[in-house]
Amino acid sequence: MAVTEERPGTWIGKPVARKEDAKLLTGQSRYIDDLTLPGMVFAAVVRSPFAHARIKSVDVSKALEAEGVVGAFTGADLADDWAASLPCVWLVTEDTKQPMHRPLATDKARYAGDGVAVVLAETRAQAKDAAELVEVDYEPLPAVVDPEEALAEGAPLLHEELDDNRSYTWTLKTDNADDVFSAAPVVVKERYRQQRLIPNAIEPRGVLAQYLPAQDEYTLWSATQIPHILRFWLAVVLAVPEARLRVIAPDVGGGFGSKLNVYAEEALALVLARRLGRPVKWIEERSEGYLATIHGRDQWQEIELAADEDGKIRGVRVRLTVGMGAYLQLVGAGTPILGAWVYGGAYDIEAYDFECVGVFTTTTPTDAYRGAGRPEATYAIERAVDALARRLDMDPVEVRRKNFITEFPKTIAAGLEIDSGDFHGALDKALELVDYEGLRREQAERRERGDGKLLGIGLATYTEMCGLAPSRILGVLLYAAGGWDAATIRCLPTGSVQVFIGTSPHGQGHVTTFSQIVAERLGVPLEQVEVIHGDTSTMQLGLDTYGSRSLAVGGVALWNAAEKILEKSKAVVAHKLEVSPEDLQVEHGRFTVAGTDKAMTVQDAALHAFTAHDLPDGMEPGLEATFVYDPPNFSWPGGAHVAVLEIDPETGDVELRRYVAVDEIGNVVNPTIVDGQVHGGVAQGIGQALFEEAIYDEDGNLTTGSMLSYIVPTAAELIDLELDRVSAPSPTNPMGVKGVGETGAIAAPAAVINAVVDALAPFGVTDVEMPAKPERVWRAIQEGGAR
Amino acid sequence: MRRIAVTVNGGRREAEVEPRDLLVYFLREGLGLTGTVVGCDTSSCGACTVLLDGESVKACTLLAVQADGREVTTIEGLASNGQLHPVQQAFHEAHGLQCGYCTPGMVLATVSLLAENPSPSDDEIRHALEGNLCRCTGYQNIVKAVKAAAA
Repeated sequence: MAVTEERPGTWIGKPVARKEDAKLLTGQSRYIDDLTLPGMVFAAVVRSPFAHARIKSVDVSKALEAEGVVGAFTGADLADDWAASLPCVWLVTEDTKQPMHRPLATDKARYAGDGVAVVLAETRAQAKDAAELVEVDYEPLPAVVDPEEALAEGAPLLHEELDDNRSYTWTLKTDNADDVFSAAPVVVKERYRQQRLIPNAIEPRGVLAQYLPAQDEYTLWSATQIPHILRFWLAVVLAVPEARLRVIAPDVGGGFGSKLNVYAEEALALVLARRLGRPVKWIEERSEGYLATIHGRDQWQEIELAADEDGKIRGVRVRLTVGMGAYLQLVGAGTPILGAWVYGGAYDIEAYDFECVGVFTTTTPTDAYRGAGRPEATYAIERAVDALARRLDMDPVEVRRKNFITEFPKTIAAGLEIDSGDFHGALDKALELVDYEGLRREQAERRERGDGKLLGIGLATYTEMCGLAPSRILGVLLYAAGGWDAATIRCLPTGSVQVFIGTSPHGQGHVTTFSQIVAERLGVPLEQVEVIHGDTSTMQLGLDTYGSRSLAVGGVALWNAAEKILEKSKAVVAHKLEVSPEDLQVEHGRFTVAGTDKAMTVQDAALHAFTAHDLPDGMEPGLEATFVYDPPNFSWPGGAHVAVLEIDPETGDVELRRYVAVDEIGNVVNPTIVDGQVHGGVAQGIGQALFEEAIYDEDGNLTTGSMLSYIVPTAAELIDLELDRVSAPSPTNPMGVKGVGETGAIAAPAAVINAVVDALAPFGVTDVEMPAKPERVWRAIQEGGAR
Repeated sequence: MRRIAVTVNGGRREAEVEPRDLLVYFLREGLGLTGTVVGCDTSSCGACTVLLDGESVKACTLLAVQADGREVTTIEGLASNGQLHPVQQAFHEAHGLQCGYCTPGMVLATVSLLAENPSPSDDEIRHALEGNLCRCTGYQNIVKAVKAAAA
C-alpha cells in the first residue's frame, strides 16, 4: 500500500494514506456478521407491532415445534435473568425518573419494536420463520408520540409506576438572566423543531455471544463503538464478574452514536448463550433497526435573545422539550444537556437561562446521534441570530462579528471555559472563499430582475464542546463514569511496536492517525507500528469512541505514553553509552551525544531493555508504558460554514450550489482523515436540513420504516464541499489538538436552513421546518405571500 | 434443493441451494465470501453489489439459482497477483472509504460504471452511484476516487 517513505519526525500533519484500507478494500474485513462459531444458533426477536399495549399473554409453543428451533423465551421467562435494568449512565438530576428497562418487555410494550419474545434456531431463516409463530395477545393502549403532548394532562401514561411522562427537568441559569431580559430593548423569540433522525450506519447492528460453562466465561462480539463501557454495564445487568466477560468490537461499519449503547440484544445474547450452552448470533435487519436502534434529536426548542438595538446580544433563554422515547437509553437523558453550554454559540453573552424537560413517549428511545445536543444548540442560536438580524435590519455577518468571543480563555455565562478559538478568522476566511459580497450583489440583482430561481446564502458560526470529558466535571454533572482514556505502547525487541488504545474506531482511521503519533515521537517507521483496539482482553483501560474524543483524549494519552517511553529509553541509552542522561539529546526517538558520533534509537533501547543484560541497577526489563489521560477541559472546536443554494419557487425544490466550511480544530495530525470527517459530518447535517425525518403517525407507527421512505442522501443529492481551516491550537493538551468528528453535523443544519430562509425572504418567510422538503418550502412560499 | 454451477471470481463452484436462497447468502455462507455484505432489506443501500457477467447487481435481490451458469465477481476477486485493481487503488489514495462497509459495493459499482462509461463527468458519477449509500464520506472522496480511476 502506498505509505510514503519513512522520514522520522515528519508524520504529524501529513496526509498519510490509511493503513486500515487494505483489508476493507479487498473483502478481508471482519464485521460482526462475518463471524461464526461452532454450534452457533441464530436469534430472532419478536417485536410489538403496537406503540403501546398491555401484554396479556405470550405463547411460544408453536414456535418451539417449528423446524430447527432450539429455544424460545418470553419476557417473563427471562425476567429473573436480569440483575439490573438496561442502564442510563447519566441521570441528569437527583430526581430523574428512570423506569425499569428489561431487554424483553414483560407487562407492556411501550413502542412499536419493543421486544416481547425471542426465538432461537439453527439457521437465520428458521429463527425468523419461527418468530412469526409466536402468539402474543395484546391489549392496545393509546399512543403518544409528541413530547409536548405527552406532558399534557390526561396523556397516555407510559410507566404506571411514575406519576406522569416527565423524566426530568434540568436547569442552568445565571442570576442576572431575568434582569437582563426585562431591561433588553430588543427580545427575539423563536420556536424550532428538531425532527427525529435515524442514524443509518450502513452496517446494521449485530452480536455474537459465547458462554463456556466449564470456565464460567463469557465473550461478546458486538458491532459497538464502546466495548469497554459495554463490558462494565453488561456485567452489572447480568450480575457476572466483569473479569469473566470479554467484549470484542470487530470491524465495525459506522456508528454515529447508534452503536454507542447497551442494547437489549447484547444482554439477551449473553443470557441465551448461557441458557442454551451454544453461541448465539443476532443480526439486525435494516427495517428492524429502524425500530430497535436509537433515534436522534426529537426536540421542540424555544429560544429568546435579549439584545441591544445595535445587535449586541445580552442574554439567551432556552426552553427544550425533548422526547426520550419509551425508556432512557445509555445517554438518552443527557444528550440534550450536552448542548446546554453552547446555546450561546460563539458569542460573548452575559446572561443565560436554560431549561430542558425530558419526556417519555411511545416511540423508539432517542440517544446520542452525531453531535448529540450540539447540532440542536447551534441550530437554535444560529437561526435566532439571523432572526435578530432581520429584526434589526442588519446583515447576519455584522451581528455575528459584533458578538464573537475574541479573548481566550473565556469563561462563558453557562459556566465552562472555552480554551481557545478564532471565530473572526474563521468567518473572514469563509466569507472570502465564498465571495460573500459578490453573492449578496448577485442576490440583489436577481431579486431586482425577478429571476426564476431564488438565491439563498446562509451562515453558521459555531463553537462546540467535545473531547468528552474531564472526569471531575462529569462527576459534578452526575454522569456515572469518568472521561479519561488510555494508551499503552509496547516496544518489541525486534523493532516493531504494539500500541494498545482505549478508543474503538469504526471508520475514523485511528490506526493510521495513532501510528503517525508514535512514528513522530519515537522515530519508529510507520509500518512497524501496530495499533490494536476493540478488545477488552488486550486493552483493559478505555472509554471508547464518541463525542469527538478519540484524538483529543485517547491521542493525547498516546502522546504522553510516548513521553514515558522516551524517558525510560533515555535511561537505558545513557547507561549503555556510559554518559549522563543530561548529555543526551533526543529527536524523534534518536538519542545522540553532542560532539560525538554516539547514537542510539528507541528501537535499540527496546532490545537492550529486553535482553536486560546491561540495564541500570533496579530498572525493570522491557520497554512498555501506559498513560491514562484525563483531560482538564473539554475540547472546543469552532468555525464558520456558509451554504449557498437555489430554490425553485414553482416546486419548492432546494438545490445546494456551494458549501464552504472553515473549521478551527487546532493542530491536525492527518489532514486527509480530518477532511473526511468534515465531509461526512456536513453530509449528515445537510441530510437533517433537507432530507431526513423519522415520522410516527398518531398511533405510534413509524411510517418511515425502511430505507425506501427514510431518505439517506445519495451521491446525487450532495455536492463537493469547499473546506479550509484556521488554527488556534488548544492549550489544554500538549498536542494542541481538538475534536472534529461532529463539527460538520453541528454546523450544517443551521447554515442550510438559514440559506433556505434567506432565499425566501422576499416572500416574508421566516421559518421552514426541517427537513426543508419541496412541499414544505412550497407551502412556506404560498403562506408567506407574494414577492 | 437445486444444483447450480456458478463461476465465482474465475473458479467454477457447484452447490445445492434452496430455490429461495438469495445470491448474497450463497456467496457469504455457502462460499464463505464475506466481503459482500448486507446493509438493508429493501435493495436500497447497494452494500451487497457484485458483478454478474460484468454488470453490477444487488446480490440481495437476486436468487442464487439466477446465477446458475453465469459469472460472478465479488470484491475478493478484484485484486490480482497481489495488486489492487485500479479502482481499489484509487479509493485508497483518495480516501474514498472510512468504515469500509459500503466499500465493496461501491468499488464494484464503480468498476461497472467505468466499463460502460470510461470517462464519466462528476454528475454522471453521482447519478451512477445513486444506488449505493455511504454514510461516512459524504461521497466527495468517492467521486474523487472514481475520477482518478477513470483518468
